[in-house]
Amino acid sequence: MAQVMMKDLNKKYDEVHAVKDVNLHIRDKEFVVLVGPSGCGKSTTLRMVAGLEEITAGEISIGDRIVNDLPPKDRDIAMVFQNYALYPHMTVYDNMAFGLKMRKFPKTEIAKRVGEAAEILGIQELLKRKPRQLSGGQRQRVAVGRAIVRHPQVFLFDEPLSNLDAKLRVQMRVELKRLHDRLETTAIYVTHDQVEAMTLGDRVVVMKDGWIQQVGEPLELYGHPANRFVAGFIGSPSMNFVEMTVADANGALWADTPGLRVKVPPASAARLGPYKGQRVTLGIRPEDLRVATGADAADYSFDTVVEVVEPLGSEILLDLKAGPNVIVARVDPTVRAKHQDKMRLSLHPERVHFFDNKTELAI
Amino acid sequence: MKNPIAGGAGRAAPVEVALPHSRASQRRTLTGLLENERFLALVLLTPTVLILGMFIAYPFGMGVWFALSSISVGNPGHFVGLKNFVKAWNDSIFRIAFWNTSVYTFWATIFKLVLGMWLALLLNRHFRGKRIVRASMLLPFIVPTVLSTFAWRWMFDPTFSVLNWTLYKTGFIVTKLPFLSNGDWALWCAIVVNTWRGMPFFAITLLAGLQTINTDLHEAASLDGANGWKRFWYVTWPLLKPVTVVVVVFSIIQTFSDFQLIYVLTGGGPANSTHLLATYAYQIGVAAGLLGEGAAISLCMLPVLFVVVWIQLRYLRRLEGA
Amino acid sequence: MLIERRWKKWVFFYIPLTIFVLGTLFPFYWMLVTAIRPDAELYRSWRAVNNAPFWTVQPTLEHFRDLMEKTTFPRWLWNTFFIAVISTGISLACGLLAGYALARLKFPMAGALGTSIFVTYLVPPTLLFIPLADIIRDLQLGNTPWALILTYPTFLIPFSTWLLMGYFKTIPKELEECARIDGATRFGAMTRIIFPIAVPGILSAGIFAFTLSWNEFIYALIFLSSPERKTVPVGVVSELIRGDIYFWGQLMAGALLGSIPVALVYSFFVEYYVTGLTGSVKG
Ligand SMILES: Nc1ncnc2c1ncn2[C@@H]1O[C@H](COP(=O)(O)OP(=O)(O)OP(=O)(O)O)[C@@H](O)[C@H]1O
Ligand SMILES: [Mg+2]
Repeated sequence: MAQVMMKDLNKKYDEVHAVKDVNLHIRDKEFVVLVGPSGCGKSTTLRMVAGLEEITAGEISIGDRIVNDLPPKDRDIAMVFQNYALYPHMTVYDNMAFGLKMRKFPKTEIAKRVGEAAEILGIQELLKRKPRQLSGGQRQRVAVGRAIVRHPQVFLFDEPLSNLDAKLRVQMRVELKRLHDRLETTAIYVTHDQVEAMTLGDRVVVMKDGWIQQVGEPLELYGHPANRFVAGFIGSPSMNFVEMTVADANGALWADTPGLRVKVPPASAARLGPYKGQRVTLGIRPEDLRVATGADAADYSFDTVVEVVEPLGSEILLDLKAGPNVIVARVDPTVRAKHQDKMRLSLHPERVHFFDNKTELAI
Repeated sequence: MKNPIAGGAGRAAPVEVALPHSRASQRRTLTGLLENERFLALVLLTPTVLILGMFIAYPFGMGVWFALSSISVGNPGHFVGLKNFVKAWNDSIFRIAFWNTSVYTFWATIFKLVLGMWLALLLNRHFRGKRIVRASMLLPFIVPTVLSTFAWRWMFDPTFSVLNWTLYKTGFIVTKLPFLSNGDWALWCAIVVNTWRGMPFFAITLLAGLQTINTDLHEAASLDGANGWKRFWYVTWPLLKPVTVVVVVFSIIQTFSDFQLIYVLTGGGPANSTHLLATYAYQIGVAAGLLGEGAAISLCMLPVLFVVVWIQLRYLRRLEGA
Repeated sequence: MLIERRWKKWVFFYIPLTIFVLGTLFPFYWMLVTAIRPDAELYRSWRAVNNAPFWTVQPTLEHFRDLMEKTTFPRWLWNTFFIAVISTGISLACGLLAGYALARLKFPMAGALGTSIFVTYLVPPTLLFIPLADIIRDLQLGNTPWALILTYPTFLIPFSTWLLMGYFKTIPKELEECARIDGATRFGAMTRIIFPIAVPGILSAGIFAFTLSWNEFIYALIFLSSPERKTVPVGVVSELIRGDIYFWGQLMAGALLGSIPVALVYSFFVEYYVTGLTGSVKG
């Protein structure tokens, strides 16, 4: 019922075309995350859904109503802002009750709902305080509480966790997830942190320069990025890209560049056929590389030199060079390596991606 | 039930009906219109624009018309071109008034700036009772100018002057000083009073500016071996310049258009030697009822004010641009 | 070394500061001494041997009594207060609305309007008093408090608009956006969220506007004529001087009493006043 539809949505500021032809169908109870680099139009999209920005062209509907001309107060949504936007002159209780008061709910109902929300978020003791007497994490909770008391049709979050320190952010992330599972309200969540996007979203929308790049479930984006941008954006450390030439040898296709030569895996071979003799970009994630053993097929292995070793405890990141090509590999913590060591790596043949050099689309 | 979340939390919300439903019609109503940014801006700005238009823009236009006509009290007058201005130009009192206004503005502003800066630097240090000293230093600026000027007039009184008494007793003078009875003396007395009244404004505003200057800068400068004066000149002053420009502009406008201080202190006398443009315009336009000529005289302030305001606006633009 | 430093502190700090304090406050002390000094002592030649002008041995309240009984001084006080409060109120209301619109709303000509309000801020009353007197006469408001209540906002509104606009710009936009999502109209978000948060700014503007109206002289001088309608500054000037005779005792008593209300308001809100003062010139 509370689905959100965006049809050919556009937003132009005087000089900036911030959102371009966005089409998105967010299903009821779904948790959708908009992610992308700074300035890509995520906030603008969200703010148009909220009614805080005028829509230049296109259509937004919430539930079964077209809301283009509805003021924010009539859209039955709630929003959590990055700086929390708690009303500094009101107590926590009044902050949470404000939306209900504006909608003329009876006092007892207000008290009941605020009590419920406070209990869910564990902020009962804070109700009498003013926002300035709260820590960052507590403010965050109050901001979320203020959103949930209203039982809106849609929650909007604009980078709600980015003002928290790293540890608290992880904790709140889990809580938000749990909260959504419990409340089952449609939610749109904006972040530029791809880890947040992957962990929270039922589906993730990757944006760049106002365009939607890809929409999909987190693992779908990770496993099958639609283009080079998504491939590089999702995953940390990001995917390695190497420009190579597709060549025909011994009846099989090979990808070739100075210092690096691997066979095109059979799964991709058919699609790469037309690119024979042309240059394409090969993409391989750091976690899909490993130190080669005798058992690994020689066709998918290559020699490298270790440049930098970054031990992270549970794993080691290696910055390597294969000829002139810089490659990052994520290997087992047991691997012993040091600067200038020679090392033979092997890549996971099913997880190799190829991208068209011109369109940057996945092949 | 269009809100499944309430159920999701285990308790249905009984007040669903309180939610607004009739949305389509709302655009047409006043509240609907007020949601429109432009309409709301129009509504919010109307009172201000009306009052300022009615009592500033309209009288300004009217003043220009007056200045170009022979209107006087009880006589609607007719268009006379620049005659009023020519007449003013040939009027020796007007010339004196213009000269006085310039001298008065120039020196009073300099004194206020120098003393105000000095006071600000003194108040910027830590000492016991700083708050109360700072608060009391603003008193001349708070108290109605007319009333405090009376105290000065009494202090300058030809027969009973306490200043003369003090100077006489301490042996500085043998005969009394003609504070307000000599034209030159009187103008300088007015400059003193204006400085006394306006200096706190400079001091407090510059003090606010000083307090925004990072004290680390001072320390860095003093470690370099700079003495107090150099420190002021190379570190404090450049940072204080923007505030200073703005304060000086405000002060020039107020001093140049001053009326009440002279009105009370000398009334333009002795023998019309201390008139400022504003007091002379009052004398001609209100006391003598020659509205046209009076309006022309006060409009003569405009070019100077215009230049000052223009500098100010350009300066603000530049700051915004930076 | 230490001695030298102490000596320097006296020369460069204590002595100048003391001179500043004495110079600033002496006229007020002089008002007080004059106001409580009997006439006989007051008008004694500056050369008289037994003259001791800095204090009095026979303090008297006679001047205050004369002021209260022989003039309409209490009326003047009330008039000044009434006019100052109402015109401050009007100006704050206009300044709040206009300042909010200029700080927050997008509309055509916003920049030009902001600039012109700033320019009117710099137009001095003495430029306009002659035509304004004519307008007041045409509106038949001459010699009524409304003449001042309507004209004082001409210099109070631009100032309050300017000050409050600056204040609104420091309040995060998200607060009202959140309120609008929470169910408030634009107008409601402004009055329920932004205005309460802006209270310190409103107080600053209000205190400053109040002292400005209390101080105003030329409009009051021109627009009011009957003695009982006058404000304190004008009343003191025109009623306590008969011809060439100055009633110095009463004048100073009047000056003192006329200053006390503003000084009181000021002393309660020094910090707000200072904020208003420094904010009034900020770009
Ligand atoms: N009020 C505005 N006026 C003009 N341009 C704007 C305005 N708001 C945003 N923009 C521009 O629109 C583009 C998209 O902005 P938006 O705030 O949606 O980015 P974002 O994806 O949320 O970035 P971030 O992660 O930094 O918050 C940017 O180029 C921005 O400069
Ligand atoms: Mg954003």
